[in-house]
Amino acid sequence: MASQVQVGARAAVEISGIRKTFLSTRGAIQALTETSLTIRQGEFVAIVGPSGCGKSTLLSLIAGLDAPSAGKILIEGQEVRGPHDSLGVVFQRDLLLDWRTAMDNVLLQVEMRGLLPKEYAARARELLDMVGLQGFHGRYPRELSGGMRQRVAICRALLHDPLLLLMDEPFGALDAISRDRLNVDLGRICSETKKTVIFITHSIAEAVFLGDRVVVMSSRPGKVVADLNIEVPHPRDLSFRETPEFTGYVRQVRQIFEAEGVL
Amino acid sequence: MRLANSSLFLGFVSIASVALLWQFAVTLFPIPAYLLPSPLEIGSEMVSRFGLQATHAVVTVREILLGFGLAVLIGVPLAIAITFLPLFEKLFYPILVATQAVPKVAVAPLFLVWFGFGEAPKVAMATVIAVFPIIIDTAVGLRAIDPDMVRLAKSMRAGALKTFWKVRLPIALPSIFAGLKMAMTFAVIGAVVGEFVAGQSGLGYLIQAATGSLQTTVAFASIVLLSFIGIVLFFIVEAFERIFVPWHRSTDRLF
Repeated sequence: MASQVQVGARAAVEISGIRKTFLSTRGAIQALTETSLTIRQGEFVAIVGPSGCGKSTLLSLIAGLDAPSAGKILIEGQEVRGPHDSLGVVFQRDLLLDWRTAMDNVLLQVEMRGLLPKEYAARARELLDMVGLQGFHGRYPRELSGGMRQRVAICRALLHDPLLLLMDEPFGALDAISRDRLNVDLGRICSETKKTVIFITHSIAEAVFLGDRVVVMSSRPGKVVADLNIEVPHPRDLSFRETPEFTGYVRQVRQIFEAEGVL
Repeated sequence: MRLANSSLFLGFVSIASVALLWQFAVTLFPIPAYLLPSPLEIGSEMVSRFGLQATHAVVTVREILLGFGLAVLIGVPLAIAITFLPLFEKLFYPILVATQAVPKVAVAPLFLVWFGFGEAPKVAMATVIAVFPIIIDTAVGLRAIDPDMVRLAKSMRAGALKTFWKVRLPIALPSIFAGLKMAMTFAVIGAVVGEFVAGQSGLGYLIQAATGSLQTTVAFASIVLLSFIGIVLFFIVEAFERIFVPWHRSTDRLF
């Protein structure tokens, strides 16, 4: 089936010279300095860095939830001035609404956008099946495990078929086994749906496992210090993690962190 | 379910044994009925002159419900304004705290001057006492939202109104109902206080009139009925909570 993900030549996201400074009572805090990054269509970009390196800030800026202090971000050639129409976001917490079934939680995406949920019901069912939640469509969040809940959140982010999927440490709160399974499934889903994905994590192994590219960030103030291509075709299974290639990439990232004084 | 049944049963047993002890004490020792009537006397008073109690109870229940309803109509919008308008919050909050510091009961005579001797001052008293927990708990509930939830809604390009109806308000409902339950019991107090000050009817009036003529048994019957009304109204609010907030844990707790 899908071997190497066909990464388009066109830029999906262009980040040029952005800076972000927060004003606090103790003065200005620089969260991001001079960050530039170009992400091509269909590319899975994993951004890895220690906490406080501004990676979540970067994601907020791309999502249009926050405005940069300088520089600009283009999605599909359009400058970001607010949340883009073709955007799905997954946060660390699943943020499912307790009073909605899995199905209705997925449909929230289109309800909030003022689209007709009826027209998206079939796609919602398809997505839930795709992430392995057959038979759980009518369940409430309290009846689902942490991993299942995050799967629902991923379906919610994909419902309106966005060009761009932004994920902010989506598996950070999960146990190791759920996390492994979700890593494998996410890799498969993304290579099948050919989404452009920006995936924030603080786990080097997760970044290498999932990314077509791993962007390494360093902290205080946050900046991009390295940008590696992971030349391994998708979909990848867990045995990839035992290959010398994998450990080689992980070592490379770790050495960058060591050089930056992070580790 | 077995546990639920047994805790209901045990509750009944404990109340019944207190009543029994009371009955024995009053029978054994020479306590005159005008000081402390026996449970049996109170019971027979309630049965034999049910019409009297019921007539006054209708008046009081009406005041309680009107007072509670007004408190909801005033309290919820104020809480919404406090949550979403920072300037309003800064201006209004000191007033809220200051008025809350005033003992409401002390203001009751003033309400007579302002609202006359009819139903209005009693309803006003109930409203004034009940509105505070509604404002506070609604505001707390509306603020309890995860900031990432707001960001998620924004990422879906939902407007403030849509986010309010689909996300914020339902998230706040458990807290709002906590406020409503407290408000309902407060409204009972408010109505009775209003009747104490100047009533021609209502259970509060009946208690005062009866004690004035040493008809202690009548007063006790009214007190029992008033407590019963309070409990029933509380559980009506809780029944609404079960309907509107079926997903919340607090509704699993009692009994």
